[in-house]
Order: sequence, then structure tokens, then C-alpha cells
Amino acid sequence: MGLTLAEKILSNNIGREVRAGDFAVFRVNCCLLQDGTGPLAVRQFRKLGFTKVINPQTVVLFIDHAAPSPRAELSNDHILLREFARETGCVLSDVGDGVCHQVMSQYYTAPGNVLIGSDSHTVTGGALAAFATGMGSTDVAVGMGLGKTWLKVPQTIRVETKNTFKTGVYSKDLILHVIGALGADGATYMSLEFGGEAIDRMSMSERLVLSNMSVEAGAKVGLIASDATTQKYLEQYNRADKYREIKPDQDAKYSSTMEIDGAKLEPLVACPHTVDNVKPAREVVGIKVHQVVIGSCTNGRVEDLAIAASIMRGKMRHPDTRLIVVPASRRVFMQAVEAGYISTLLAAGALVMPPGCGSCCGVHGGILGDGEVCLATTNRNFLGRMGNPKSFVYLASPATAAATALKGVITDPREVL
Amino acid sequence: MRGKVWKFGDDISTDLIAPGRYYHLRSNLPELAKHVLEDADADFAANVRPGDFICGGRNFGLGSSREHAPVIIKIAGVGAVVAKSFARIFYRNAVNVGLPVIECDTAAFDRGDELEVDLEKGVITDVTKGATIPFHPMEQAMRRILEDGGLVEHIKKHGDFSIS
Repeated sequence: MGLTLAEKILSNNIGREVRAGDFAVFRVNCCLLQDGTGPLAVRQFRKLGFTKVINPQTVVLFIDHAAPSPRAELSNDHILLREFARETGCVLSDVGDGVCHQVMSQYYTAPGNVLIGSDSHTVTGGALAAFATGMGSTDVAVGMGLGKTWLKVPQTIRVETKNTFKTGVYSKDLILHVIGALGADGATYMSLEFGGEAIDRMSMSERLVLSNMSVEAGAKVGLIASDATTQKYLEQYNRADKYREIKPDQDAKYSSTMEIDGAKLEPLVACPHTVDNVKPAREVVGIKVHQVVIGSCTNGRVEDLAIAASIMRGKMRHPDTRLIVVPASRRVFMQAVEAGYISTLLAAGALVMPPGCGSCCGVHGGILGDGEVCLATTNRNFLGRMGNPKSFVYLASPATAAATALKGVITDPREVL
Repeated sequence: MRGKVWKFGDDISTDLIAPGRYYHLRSNLPELAKHVLEDADADFAANVRPGDFICGGRNFGLGSSREHAPVIIKIAGVGAVVAKSFARIFYRNAVNVGLPVIECDTAAFDRGDELEVDLEKGVITDVTKGATIPFHPMEQAMRRILEDGGLVEHIKKHGDFSIS
């Protein structure tokens, strides 16, 4: 019996075959921390009695969730992280550099890695065939100090796709479909493994969306085999030497397989207040929207901004609908400036914020008022997620978001494409 | 362990447990703990007594990896979180910070019921209703960490993971 992608990566890591259900201690190749969870990890690291980070050049500290800092308390947390980076030699990714998962994908995550991060969307790295998973501050502190972590090898749900998407349908719609079908806990403790025609033809930008939101179905990892697209992506960031081909075996044993016909998907929206409350966009059209957010580790890449710009070119946002655009990293921001997307969006009435996570997780930058509705390209719509428990968050693709910004009400993007 | 039930529904997210709008209090845990679960039950933080139990439904603790969530539940004095099922990261974090987490059917428990929990025997008794509910013990790897008092104590004691 063959191995799933999860079993293969973990078996390679430990140098012997491990199977779903096995408990073992694995070598950690990369760690990420951010400013919301990093200060606690630093305090736990010290409490553990560690003085040295075992591989500091593979540990990245991100200041992205409150960047630039809106409050003195958070500025002090940032000082703690900067000092820790100086003391230990860990890499610092400071204010304006970008959202942790985007920057990790660009410069650090590589096929075959075991990556642990004190952020649940660390799963994003699965798109590069890395066993990338979110953990708490203490687990990551131990990973930094010992260079290892314990894991239970997960069972796998295979998401097998055929055909490609029709106009107006994107990987965001595919992952919302998967989450809606599985439920918010349908993949708890498990690996989601994406493959088939729709995935083979997908850009890395779109693949990252699938892995990123796997955690919204409870998954431990969201994995995609490495291929020519992975290789090209690494080359783009001068990391061609990091490429390794990792694929699941043909006869791998899956706990279940979900078959999806890409051609049958349509634009979807996750409605308040759970990500699995998924409906076709056409069923919720007309709901008044006060704010649209295009950005985040889920859909803040240059490809996403290109889609939004193409829909909004020469047009103006609805006067009652604020439009906030947040490029996912400095690199993305620069690419979007060079391509003219930023000026197109500014001319369409957008407000462009520095790369960061603040508006997605309710820290700062676009906190909603009582009763207000936001449609965002982000990943969570829990009650209170965007800073106010009396507000409502809908999640959708950048195309649906741009169409909604134009009309001022939830809009099926096929109406404007 | 003995205490009263605080009842919650399905899908209690870490955003409900430790809201993002109190992000600036993450390095001031006693202050953050004053807001624990306030968007799910506004009475909870001010009225929870040491040893009380949180009883949730499905997928308790879904969402972010913030370890602050189980930490402030523990600071609030909660003896254990009992839920029909847990989100993965929350469960692991709870064990790492030494907060007992128990997976069992919570449908029979009502707010204010008096519970008695025997972690070793794997039994919860609803003293108010006179009902006894058994639960499955935790996986050994995690039980070892919990029994040591959390991951910091576990690593300090063994110098490494000692989970098998």
C-alpha cells in the first residue's frame, strides 16, 4: 500500500516509514512566529530555559498583525520581538514586509519541509508540498529550542478535481465549496490533499488559497504535490535549488475521496458567522455592503489585485461602500504598483493599506461599526472577527469582492465580467 | 474536581474566547482574562468560580492558534473544558498549558448543574441530575504532557519529548 503526501513528507523527514495514526517526533525545518503569538513564545522559550535557537536562520519572526502598531502595548511587544531577533540571530520580518504566510511562501517554505508556526494559517505552506501546520506559542518555542516537534501522522481526505473553472470561478470558490461540504470540523486532525486537473492547471497563487483555508475545515495540513508550477514559483524567488518532487503514491490509502467537477462550480460566498455557511453568490445578491476588503494571506497576491483591477478599471466604487485593499507583502505591493493595478484601484476609490493582517483579524484598519456588513477576500467570518461582534462578515473571491464594491450590494461577479 | 456548568454551543471560536479587539492585552494575561468568552456569554468572566466547568458543543476552540485562549480560561479558574469535540490546535494548546480537556457528549448538562469529574477513571457525574457519563481517556502522548503540568514542565523534566 502506497503513501499519501502527508505520510511521504513525514516518512522522508524521519528516515523511516510512518503511517496515519503513528505518533513520532519530527525534525522541524522552519518556524514562524507573529506579533500576536510571538511575545508569548519568547516568554515560554525563556521559561523553558533555552538560551539559543537551534537553527536561527530558519526561524522567522513576523511583525504583521499590528503593523504599523496602533497602540503602545503592541509597540512594546514589537520591541520584544526585535530584541529577541537580535539576541538569537532569528530572521526578523518587520512592519511593511508582509503577511507571514505570503513571505514564508516567497522566501522560506520548500517542498518536503516540516514547518510549524504559531498561526493557524501556517497551513498555507502545504501548497508548496511542505507539511506546514499551526501550533501554539509553547509548541513553537520548543521547536525553536530543540529543533523538533511531535506529531500524529494524519489520515487524509483526497480532494480529486476534474475539468477547469468557468469564467468568474476561482480557487476561493473551490475551497469554500469544500469547506461547505465538509463542515467547519469535517477534516479535524486530518490532511486535506488536493489534486487532479483543476489543481494541475492552477497557478501557485491560486493553490495557496486552497492550502490556506484548509484549516477552516479543521485540517492539520492542506497539501498539494510539487510539480513544474512549484519549480517555476521557486525559481521566481531565486530558490530553484530548493525544488524536490514530492507526490503521493498511486495506491495511497485515503480515508475518503471527494470528487469535484471544476466546471460545475459557481461563485460562492461564506455567510456570517461560520466559514462553512456557504451559499451560491446568486442566492445572496442584493445584500447591502458597507465595506469591501481585498487582501490577506488568502487573497492578497498580485494575481488577486489584477482581477480586482480588471473589474474596476475606469469605474468607481459605490459611494456607500468603502474599499480597502491590502497587498499581502512588500513584493506584491511593488509588483502591483509596477503593473498599474494600484493606480487603477486608487482611481476606482480604493484605500490601499500597508501589507499586514490588521483588518482581517480585527486589530486595526477597517474595524466595522454596529450593524455594518463587510465582504472580504479573507479567511474567517466568526462573530467579532473584524473587531466588532455587532457586525457581519461575508467571504468571497477577489472578483466577487470587486463586483460588490462597484454595486454596493453583494454581486455575482459574472454580472460584471 | 467539582464545580458548576457554564454551557456554550457549537463552534466556540478563539475569537469568541479571546477577541481580537483586545489584542493589545496579550502581554497582560490577567487583564485579557477579564474578557474571556465575553462575546459568547457576557456574565461568564465576572461570575465564573474556581473549579467551574465550561461545557461546549462541537468543534470547541476553532480558529486561530492563539494559546492565549486556553491560558485565559485557565486563569479564570476553570477546572476543565468539556466538549462534544475540539478543534485540533485548541486541544493541543490546552494540554500544553495544563488545562484539562475532556471529549464527551455534553447534551445532558445544563447551566448551573454541579459536576464531579474523575480524570483517572474517565467519568463525569452530573450531581444535580444524578447521571454518570464515561469519557475516553486522552491519547497517551498528550496525557503525559498534561500529567507533567504542561509542555514547559514536561520538557524541563525530561529534557526532550517523552511521549511514548
